[in-house]
Amino acid sequence: MNKTGLLVVVVLAVLVSAIAVIEVKHESRKRFVELRALEKTRDAMNVEWGQLQLEQGTWGTHSRVERLARNKLHMVMPEMNAVVIVKSPL
Amino acid sequence: MQTSQSPLSLQHAYRGRRRWVLGVLAVAGLTLIWRAVDLQVLDKAFLQSQGNARFLRLVSEPAHRGMITDRHGEPLAISTPVDSVWANPQELIESRESWRKLEKLLGMKSRSLERLLANKRDKEFVYLKRRVSPDVAARIMALKVPGVALAPEYKRFYPAGEVAAHVVGFTNVDDKGQEGMELVFDDRLKSIAGKSWVIKDRYGRVVENVERVSDPQPGEDIALSIDRRLQYLAYRELKAAVKNNRADSGSVVIVDVHTGEILAMVNQPAYNPNNRYRLKSGDLRNRAVTDVFEPGSTIKPFTVAAALETGKYNAHTAVDVRPGYLKVGRKIIRDFRDYGVIDVSTIIQKSSNVGASKLALSISPKHLWNTFASVGLGTDSGSGFPGEPSGLLTDFGAWRDIQRATVSYGYGLSVTALQLARAYAALATDGRPLPSSFVPRDLAQAAELSTYYQPVLSKKSLLSVRGMLETVVKKQGSGTRAAVPGYRIAGKTGTVKKFGGGGYVEDSYLALFAGIAPASDPRLAMVVIINEPRGEKYYGGAVAAPVFSRIMAGALRMMDIPPDSLPITVKQAVLDMQSIKQSKMPDRRVAMLGEAP
Repeated sequence: MNKTGLLVVVVLAVLVSAIAVIEVKHESRKRFVELRALEKTRDAMNVEWGQLQLEQGTWGTHSRVERLARNKLHMVMPEMNAVVIVKSPL
Repeated sequence: MQTSQSPLSLQHAYRGRRRWVLGVLAVAGLTLIWRAVDLQVLDKAFLQSQGNARFLRLVSEPAHRGMITDRHGEPLAISTPVDSVWANPQELIESRESWRKLEKLLGMKSRSLERLLANKRDKEFVYLKRRVSPDVAARIMALKVPGVALAPEYKRFYPAGEVAAHVVGFTNVDDKGQEGMELVFDDRLKSIAGKSWVIKDRYGRVVENVERVSDPQPGEDIALSIDRRLQYLAYRELKAAVKNNRADSGSVVIVDVHTGEILAMVNQPAYNPNNRYRLKSGDLRNRAVTDVFEPGSTIKPFTVAAALETGKYNAHTAVDVRPGYLKVGRKIIRDFRDYGVIDVSTIIQKSSNVGASKLALSISPKHLWNTFASVGLGTDSGSGFPGEPSGLLTDFGAWRDIQRATVSYGYGLSVTALQLARAYAALATDGRPLPSSFVPRDLAQAAELSTYYQPVLSKKSLLSVRGMLETVVKKQGSGTRAAVPGYRIAGKTGTVKKFGGGGYVEDSYLALFAGIAPASDPRLAMVVIINEPRGEKYYGGAVAAPVFSRIMAGALRMMDIPPDSLPITVKQAVLDMQSIKQSKMPDRRVAMLGEAP
């Protein structure tokens, strides 16, 4: 009787652990899919970041800024006598 | 008569059948068990490896190469992720109908794909195109051609383009540094791709991560001592000057005299590192570091400093340079014209070869050599730039009178632009030549480095020579066009006859200007070289000095270096903090830009 009882317990335990294995495996697959999706998002963001940096580099080229300042905004280098040198009291 | 079989005989008859059935079942069962054992135990290793070979793949995850920035963190080289298109020829060869579309999208010549596939028929991997733009990659994947896939990679971009090309250098298609700082710091910049085992399905999709062997390690970011603003300014001015003077080439170097940092280094001709298809090998050279030349008159301040150091001379000692030439041995040293009896300071101001020779011949060759060597002439600058030659300064033991004389005005020794800038930086400080550096260095590090050098020139001589150099850009000087309004400039012109084909070439010159600013408290040293100007004018004071003036004016302003020689007409004011707090911001703003080229 004792032996049968033990057998039942062991069989049940095996069943439970088998189901747990299935469960965990399933969970890990789900997580893996999630991880892939996140990695994809990360890569897309990296691509965008790189492109934005390059875009900034292109828009902010010194030659372009200078051209815009001179031609569009009509900025000029001040004459020496138009400059006031300000001395900091500190 | 009814025949009836006894149960016993029936039993007997079925027993045979039962045994037979049981026997068959037992054999079947045993066969299955044997097969199971065979697969699971005996052949396990073989089968497992076969299975893995079909589905388990070692994939690498690329990491990005470190960024190169200027001293303020402005990017000079960035890696951004892009895709490379690759194919499995064995699969792609089947879908002939999509070849044309692929060729079009990838910009390949028609039928080139056919040839490529024919060559690689027995391979499983071939790159169709490395590093395509993201939208091309998306359109290729939209075609859904079997056997075509993308591999992530990084592409290197150089936002500063040709402006910083020689200093920064570039990488090859495998992301390895080839030139410049990309090569010098390759070990620190380079990334290590991560590796992991994954299970892929029949379509090449990753279905399970089995094990990560190593994490991807991105490269280290490196800041250079270059200032992108100065770099651009110097580049723009040099390019204009080389073009206007129809010169062959040119270089500009700006160094911080207190730290030895290189703030800007530009050359002409240059190239665009983002597009190197039409590259000529001469364009690649960072001439400011790799090309040696005879420094000519720009060396005279050191000759004069050596003379002052002996105590035999001061700035006002008279030297007779009549009649405008001097015979040494069989050679005649000439001046531009006869300057008469002049003082030592005027030798510098007028750039008298006869005067410099007379000074050199009156002091010991050893002392002259020591002075030159003490400011770093004849050695490399310590910059660590690939391919930097050490300058040439022959041993004084072999100098005869003619060598002593010619070396005093810069012939018979050779330097690079960077080495000359370093010597001027030494002249601008305490006579110690700090090694040049492409990476930022603070004053404490500089102070420690300077303890390795033994100055030969005293503070007094250095100050006196700097004073003489100021007269060069003043009225009557040879370099008046190097002047910068508001600042005291100390500098020296140079016009060097080029050596080639066994002698000095007529009408082939190097126009030089080397200088220091502001002279009252030096911060920057700069060297401008224009190689073979073919305009009407070819001498340093006319060709190189204006470039010096324009770049130095911008550099001093950008570096926030206060003017040290303001005309009285310039208004000065003292900030009154109280009134600023109460008033609004002034609505008149003044643009701060360099002079128009």
